[in-house]
Amino acid sequence: MSRLSPFNVVSLTLGFAFLYLPMLILIVYSFNESQLVTVWAGFSTKWYGELARNEAFLDAAWVTLRVAFFSSTIATVLGTMAAYVLVRGGRFFGRTLFSGMIYAPLVMPEVITGLSLLLLFIGLGLDRGILTIVLAHTTFSMCYVSVVVSSRLVTFDRSLEEAALDLGCSPAEAFRLVTLPIIAPAVISGWLLAFTLSLDDLVIASFTAGPSATTLPIKIFSAVRLGVTPEINALSTIMIGIVTVGVIIASISTKRARVKAEADERMAQRTA
Amino acid sequence: MRRFLLIAFPYVWLLALFLIPFAIVLKISLSDVALARPPYMPQFSWDEGIGAFLSQLDFENFTFLTTDDLYWKAYLSSLKIAAISTVLTLFVGYPIAYGMARAPEAWRPTLMMLVILPFWTSFLIRVYAWRGILSQEGYLNQVLMWTGVISEPLTILNTNIAVYIGVVYTYLPFMILPIYAALDRLDGSLIEAAEDLGCSRRSAFWLVTIPLSRPGIIAGSFLVFIPTLGEFVIPSLLGGSGTLMIGKVLWEEFFNNRDWPVASAVAIILLLILIVPIVLFQKNQQRQAEAEG
Amino acid sequence: MSQTVFAPWTDPAAKPLIRFKNVTKRFGTFTAIEELTLDIYEREFFALLGPSGCGKTTMMRMLAGFEDPTEGSIELAGEDIVKVPPNQRAVNMMFQSYALFPHLTVRDNIAFGLKRERKPRDEVDARVEEMLRLVQLQPFASRKPHQISGGQRQRVALARSLAKAPKLLLLDEPLGALDKKLREETQFELMDIQEKTGTTFVIVTHDQEEAMTVASRIAVMKDGALMQVATPSQIYENPNSRYVAGFIGDVTILEGKATKLGDAYEVRWAEGQPPLRAKSTLDLADGAECQLAIRPEKVEIHGEKPSDDNVLQGKVIDIGYLGNISTYHVELANGQIIRAQNFNTERDTRRAFTWDDNVWVNWTENCAVLLDH
Repeated sequence: MSRLSPFNVVSLTLGFAFLYLPMLILIVYSFNESQLVTVWAGFSTKWYGELARNEAFLDAAWVTLRVAFFSSTIATVLGTMAAYVLVRGGRFFGRTLFSGMIYAPLVMPEVITGLSLLLLFIGLGLDRGILTIVLAHTTFSMCYVSVVVSSRLVTFDRSLEEAALDLGCSPAEAFRLVTLPIIAPAVISGWLLAFTLSLDDLVIASFTAGPSATTLPIKIFSAVRLGVTPEINALSTIMIGIVTVGVIIASISTKRARVKAEADERMAQRTA
Repeated sequence: MRRFLLIAFPYVWLLALFLIPFAIVLKISLSDVALARPPYMPQFSWDEGIGAFLSQLDFENFTFLTTDDLYWKAYLSSLKIAAISTVLTLFVGYPIAYGMARAPEAWRPTLMMLVILPFWTSFLIRVYAWRGILSQEGYLNQVLMWTGVISEPLTILNTNIAVYIGVVYTYLPFMILPIYAALDRLDGSLIEAAEDLGCSRRSAFWLVTIPLSRPGIIAGSFLVFIPTLGEFVIPSLLGGSGTLMIGKVLWEEFFNNRDWPVASAVAIILLLILIVPIVLFQKNQQRQAEAEG
Repeated sequence: MSQTVFAPWTDPAAKPLIRFKNVTKRFGTFTAIEELTLDIYEREFFALLGPSGCGKTTMMRMLAGFEDPTEGSIELAGEDIVKVPPNQRAVNMMFQSYALFPHLTVRDNIAFGLKRERKPRDEVDARVEEMLRLVQLQPFASRKPHQISGGQRQRVALARSLAKAPKLLLLDEPLGALDKKLREETQFELMDIQEKTGTTFVIVTHDQEEAMTVASRIAVMKDGALMQVATPSQIYENPNSRYVAGFIGDVTILEGKATKLGDAYEVRWAEGQPPLRAKSTLDLADGAECQLAIRPEKVEIHGEKPSDDNVLQGKVIDIGYLGNISTYHVELANGQIIRAQNFNTERDTRRAFTWDDNVWVNWTENCAVLLDH
């Protein structure tokens, strides 16, 4: 059964074409032989080879991955703590300020976040490098993690924790044995979100990076300001490819989980 | 004790890396530019005391912002660009969300995934992709000339039009998702009831569907408007020298002119401008949450 | 061998297992429980009954340790437990939502509390097996909670909370999520298990039938106070207030003024209607305001005027046919409606009475309950 009118079909087709054509063109032209990106001159993978030999890009990629790994991991721990405090903490001194500081970075323009952190690091006399980028990324991505995790915690049946206490758990055991395993999917998606945010970030990294550490987005930005290059196309294709595979795996596994839940439901009914 | 640590860790982190930096921006915006490192005056020192320190702060930078019309124009043009691109995103996004909501149940998860996927891919790369499309010898001009629609290549890249396209493209998922969520919740029997009561398909759409998806429209619009206002990447990659946006001005003030006090003042005013839409957005979300009980 | 009746509450020497002493609980400005004193004895199946918001759940949560009383003390086996955290109380709770851990199997759910005691593994396993047998769930031991039916989940929750052999088991609306038929079966199962394990059960429910079926004693609650604490039959036959009479079972209430007449009272209740006689141990002044509560099944309905006491004349205006019984609504001349129930002991007989029939209703003076509030 489909209630799609011709108008719906047209708008969906055009809409998704609009969303995907630019990326498709990028991918196709990354296999272009020619140095001139807008002229097709035959299939080639030579730009991927060039990319693999480009030390500057490889270094930046390695820095970016390390920054993303550390910042998203710290952000997940802090963000989960913050979410737990917000949802379960009850009242404490400065609660309003705390929740304000969790939500403000989500709407704060990146230029302001970047500027303010840079001024702090200079004030502290901290050398700009991987450490400062990690600190900056952790700060804004912990807020995203906390939003993701707290939206899961809000729907979490509190009596599960009470049951654990009732059966002899200390509060910490109840969190480790009951709460954490159940909210784990939200914590993992929080981590993934923090990781991608860190990988993608240009503006805040530009403010907080120093000459000793440049991230991939900074490198890409300074390269593309000058124009479109086939090497960047190749790099983009690799990044799009990784994300696509990741998202497809994620959506297949959620679909699997749904199918399994339906099967369980039927099993429960049969045994009733 | 455990509870204290649980609260203290994230709390102290945010105080140190969010609130204090922000206070520093505020303070520097009230300082004077100096040819030193760091390039601003006064430096706080305990010997002189807080009173002496405070007496050296002034609103000179903010006065400067009002006298130089570059800043005025940049703020106004940011507001204009953000508003126009929000409306454009709504016009592009609504039909897509509507189509998704009417698509067969089995397609919807896939369609959702297709909308979310670009969100996970690098923002920078998605903006960059348009440089190749919109340039003088870009793919768009090639297609248009080849089909004979135009005989001379259009100049789109490095104009405000390119910025609009860039914003619509990158922020489209933020518009589609809340509208789709609102339409998805909409009870199909409401439309049938409207038609039963004598509405045509079209008038049922205008009288029932649109009003009931309004919370989604409002939420989506703010989600596009707020970040666009402080946008830096899109105007600097797709806009031209004539594209004035405040995020770009701040960046240039800081990195090119090295005028930290003025850059800080620009940031403070940008934030003041942002407060209004953020508060309105919050109100809308709260109302919606209450309506859902 | 004579079997003694289980009624420790009548024995002044018996020590209560639980003792609420002048307990008050406030949430902000709202008072959930006010100055409440209550004793519950070992091996009792005690029901807290009342509408939602009457404070029954708060009482239970205070026993479990999830809420602290604002004032007063709670004793378990003679010890004040107010300061004891929930994980160190010899009290377990079966949650209304069951609160089964979704990531653990049935077996691991039941073993959860035992493992916290760091008991040897074989001891834990043996106890889990015993519990699985008790609730007849051995075949489902390795399933996850969402892979079994609602009734089975209820039994897992019960087994899990009984596994640690608590002194006291709290049951928060344990059967609320089950359909009517399953609920009735499970009520008897619960009573069986309570008897087998000898555990003291405190059950919270808003379902009066459930409380009547399972409980040794019932506490009827309203607005944070106990209205009456008594056995089911006392609550039903001798309610102490209009509220309790109306909360449990069907009842018709007539308001009037009492006059003492021997060991009974005569109640004048309406102009032009004969006074009604009711036996009562209440001590009422002549002319005192009172209410007469009459259960419909105690009201007889006649086509001819009987020669007994307490006879009222009226007209049948409504008949509710429920299969086993029929309820007649009889309207008197002054507009008062009296409900009378008849058992339909034979099949397919034409009803003796139909709409608009002129009838007489009556009841004996033992059957109506005189109330003073």
